[in-house]
Amino acid sequence: MVFGFGGGPIRRERDGTFTIRLSEPEQVLLKSLLAQLRTLLKLEGGSEITDESGVRRLFPTAYAGRDDLEAEYQAMVHDDLLARRLANIDEIESSIVLPSLDEEQLGTWLRTFNDLRLVLGTRLDVSEDDLGPIDPDDPEAPAQAAYEYLGWLLEATVTALTGSLPDPEDD
Amino acid sequence: MSTSPAEVDVPDVDDVVDPDRPWIVLVWNDPINLMSYVTYVFQKLFGYSLEKATSLMLDVHEKGRAVVSNGTREKAELDVFRLHEHGLWATMQQEDAP
Repeated sequence: MVFGFGGGPIRRERDGTFTIRLSEPEQVLLKSLLAQLRTLLKLEGGSEITDESGVRRLFPTAYAGRDDLEAEYQAMVHDDLLARRLANIDEIESSIVLPSLDEEQLGTWLRTFNDLRLVLGTRLDVSEDDLGPIDPDDPEAPAQAAYEYLGWLLEATVTALTGSLPDPEDD
Repeated sequence: MSTSPAEVDVPDVDDVVDPDRPWIVLVWNDPINLMSYVTYVFQKLFGYSLEKATSLMLDVHEKGRAVVSNGTREKAELDVFRLHEHGLWATMQQEDAP
């Protein structure tokens, strides 16, 4: 598959690294979204956080209909999941200016940009249909635009990382 | 009774009927995660081929859910954790009794 810079902001190189081309406004937007996500994550679990904030979406139920097992599971993993998400944000704030990333770094970008999109999408209550044209007078227009941008960036990231997958185990 | 180490190796969970009913991991449809992202996560976490990962993703999308892995409770919990870490809506439950 041929994939040039005409197609997106991330290109996989022959040595397995990834060349990144994000403009400064994109970096500023992403850093602002990451800072907002950090604020929400630090409040997560507290009474100030409502379902509408979207952040609960990042901590789903594992045992549906089994409250006893669910409580045990959340006691075991919730703080770890939260700490990983916060550490990912710290890492990206350092790596976002880099012109080149390795696979692990780009994997962190992928998961965290998806986190951002999940929280935004939950807050905007999106359906599977496209958002359609964005009305600039809508107070949610900036959030909708950020949501669309993150979708585009994620597609490019998935495409780049798919080229690095090892041979499958099941055939 | 003596058993050689080879005989006590952990069996392949796909080939064994577990009397204690194995656990299954389900991924549920949601309106936000990208189809390409979900397919990638199945390949990355479980080592599935593109074909198998795509077929599971389409099951999630069209039927609302799919069983993506199975095994002991501990394995299922780890799989659920990794799926949650990737933002997928995963739950686990014991397989129905035969």
